[in-house]
Amino acid sequence: MTNTMTDTSTKTKLSRRNLLITGAAAGGGLAIGLQTGIGEAIAQRVLGTPGDEVAAWVVIKPDNSYVVRIARSEMGQGTLTGLAQLVTEELDADWSKVQWEYPTPGQNLARKRVWGDMSTGGSRGIRGSHDYVRQGGAAARQMLLQAAAAEMKVPVEELTTDKGVITHAKSKKSITYGKVASAAAKLPVPDLKTMKLKDAKDWKIAGKPLKRLDTKDKLTGKQVYGIDLKMPGLLNASIKDAPVHGAKIASVDDAKAKTMPGVKGIYRVGDGAVAVVADTWWQANKALGEIKITYEDSPNFKVDTTSIAAFQKTGLDTTENVFSANKVGDAAGAIAGAAKKVEASFSSPMAHHVTMEPMNCTAKWTADKCEVWVPTQNGEASLGACAQAAGLPAEKCEVYKLHLGGGFGRRGAQDYVTKAVLLAKQMPGVPVKLLYSREEDMRRGYFRPVGQAKLQAGLDDKGNLVGLTMRIAAQSIPAALLPQVLAQNNGNDFIMYQGLNDIGGPRAAEGGFGYTIPNLNIDCVMRNTHMTPGFWRGVNNNQNTFWLECFMDEVAKAAGKDPLVFRRELMSKDPRTKKHLDVLNAVAAKIGWETTKPAAGTFRGIAQQMGYGSYVAAAAEVSVNDRGKVKIHRLVMGTDSGHVVNPDQVEAQVVGSVAYGLSSTLLEEITIKNGAVVEENLDTYDILRMADFPKVETVTVPSGGFWGGVGEPTIMVAGPAVINAIFAATGKPVRSLPLKNVKLRA
Amino acid sequence: MAKLNINGKTVDLKVDGDTPLLWAIREQGGLTGTKYGCGVAQCGACSVHINGEVQRSCSIQVKDVKATDKIVTIEGLSPNGSHPVQKAWLELEVAQCGYCQTGQIMAAAALLKKKPKPTDSDIDEAMTNICRCGTYQRIRAGIKLAATGGTPAKKG
Repeated sequence: MTNTMTDTSTKTKLSRRNLLITGAAAGGGLAIGLQTGIGEAIAQRVLGTPGDEVAAWVVIKPDNSYVVRIARSEMGQGTLTGLAQLVTEELDADWSKVQWEYPTPGQNLARKRVWGDMSTGGSRGIRGSHDYVRQGGAAARQMLLQAAAAEMKVPVEELTTDKGVITHAKSKKSITYGKVASAAAKLPVPDLKTMKLKDAKDWKIAGKPLKRLDTKDKLTGKQVYGIDLKMPGLLNASIKDAPVHGAKIASVDDAKAKTMPGVKGIYRVGDGAVAVVADTWWQANKALGEIKITYEDSPNFKVDTTSIAAFQKTGLDTTENVFSANKVGDAAGAIAGAAKKVEASFSSPMAHHVTMEPMNCTAKWTADKCEVWVPTQNGEASLGACAQAAGLPAEKCEVYKLHLGGGFGRRGAQDYVTKAVLLAKQMPGVPVKLLYSREEDMRRGYFRPVGQAKLQAGLDDKGNLVGLTMRIAAQSIPAALLPQVLAQNNGNDFIMYQGLNDIGGPRAAEGGFGYTIPNLNIDCVMRNTHMTPGFWRGVNNNQNTFWLECFMDEVAKAAGKDPLVFRRELMSKDPRTKKHLDVLNAVAAKIGWETTKPAAGTFRGIAQQMGYGSYVAAAAEVSVNDRGKVKIHRLVMGTDSGHVVNPDQVEAQVVGSVAYGLSSTLLEEITIKNGAVVEENLDTYDILRMADFPKVETVTVPSGGFWGGVGEPTIMVAGPAVINAIFAATGKPVRSLPLKNVKLRA
Repeated sequence: MAKLNINGKTVDLKVDGDTPLLWAIREQGGLTGTKYGCGVAQCGACSVHINGEVQRSCSIQVKDVKATDKIVTIEGLSPNGSHPVQKAWLELEVAQCGYCQTGQIMAAAALLKKKPKPTDSDIDEAMTNICRCGTYQRIRAGIKLAATGGTPAKKG
């Protein structure tokens, strides 16, 4: 490594030559060519494939290969392949010739968001864009047909398409898309809304278990993630922000660090962070470790896990600042007059995303341009963060999206973009790659919100549920990250009651409450801490499902009823909960709930919920030995996501989500001491591994007619099904997680 | 300076002796298929072979590696991804985000070299790398497929 800070003029020239942005003549398309030096993979993957843009989503090359533009980010969830399948289905191109590329957020802005929303979270990748990407494919096909009709001098109605070839049956003539692409690109793009889309039953490409488009390079080390980016003149940085979130630096002693090998500069970033820039990241990180930082004192330094729990407990019975989530009848009155009452309080800890690739971003700032290269779940938010930190208008900024080594919600937050740009701004013209150490990544997480819930139920003398209350007292994600969302909803955080929405209300399609209870009152209060919460795969559905579904088993037991039978009674009264019930029945049937007995010493548990527009359920078989050790023998996961675009990837998402859900149920907990995270690396923050991963069977029951997500929903039911099986095994309810802290046998 | 044998080539790297092998491979060696995950030998993303044994390169200092030690990274495992483990991974679509998979593949290749027909408990014992996408089920299937060299009865 011979990088220095002085040869910036060469680098600027290199950059201008490498980054060529042109408005291509044909079809008003555009091409951005990135040459090597920034990485072969990126060069191939950023907008810039030669060929003709036919409607915004497709570029057709003369050899009849084609490129699909992918606006959402690929982070392992397979959305890239699924979206390409949807476009191809309507385009009717030859799948064996498919390629893909990411449009840049800057170009999306310049073209009035022709590629729509780029954010990738909430299991929205497919369900949030299936219509307009298919319309884009259909529009391209129509333009190609028109061009072919003119070329062949035949009526367009007499033409048919198949795998990228247009045929005129009468004259037995045919022509490829590639041959008419240039002419097609010059035609006006038809109104997408007028495109007639295929019925799902006629799909040939969509709905099929096709191979992913992004696998090969991941197996050979060629795949370039953000952390792997190379470019001429690149320097590397490691950063330490305040371990107590929000704390401000009082003093910095960097006397030793300044003299260490490779160090090019030490800079303050914002109020709480110090970064070292060096030739290599290892040098930067080593020097960072030698810097002594003190912080201004604040009450937050006295906060710990116990004090947070005590504070949140005050929310379980308060009448102040309560907001309603779902209310029917008079639940308190019904419970007061019930023959039998059940009450329990639950808690759920903070959890960390732990993307395997730590947060990173490369930034280059000059007075009239700022560029970032970043693995992000939201390219447009990255552009916004870049512009704000750069002090430049968005039109003078650009974001190049790189593959993500995991996202899980963490890479929707843009802290690492902001910090990289603030740092690069202090070294004008020099590209700086900022990489968080794992310790920094752990300390500066956007944690799954910590929270508690108190549930009460009333049963009549026949064991019927007559009333249910659920009070949630928890950290609010919007209160910390999206105050505008709170403001729009009168301070009501609807994310806090995910999956518990009124089945007749405006949020029912996202996650409607699956039980019909004559008297119901679900409400919430915020109990926030200074440690930043975030969207953790599955989000509040995780906690809400644990609390509700494990309480339902306690109530079923009090009612003297089988957990499946008890649920069925509550799910059979309203046609709007039929899909909930169908997927519950599907997992019950698969595990043999009513047809086979589990092996001696093993017990079953079941759970259901609706989230991200999909209906999910899980059934588990576990045993608990004399020392309280749990073994999960079997786990059946059911999903009804309406349509399925790639069944193999849906299966991969469901099974993978189980690992995330079970890992948190069994092992994961972020604790706070002296206001900061205790678990600073993976030797103390334990994550589920191969040996403890159970056999997972999936039951996919797509009922059609709607588009639900699949990346997240099943997470939330995996843990509760296991907990309920443990309850069946031990007779003792589990009301706090992770399970490693719970003594299951006396 | 350190003299290292990486993927059959002897290279002189301008690096301090206390630098972890991982960072020498990535930053001086320019081979970025070996990944940084934790730096404390917990996650296995940095797995490489040293004299045929799988090792976590984040926790080995360059000064403790001899010039004669044969280091193999994912880039040197096979030409063009043709190792049976890589082929099985491709066939079964094991990877999701893929970040940990180069380390998983190195661990699996080392396991199969020692135990060509590993049992489930052999796999549990050897495969301690973390995959946050949760691809464990397909990793297990991939190892078994690579061991048989055959075609899977059922995809996925």
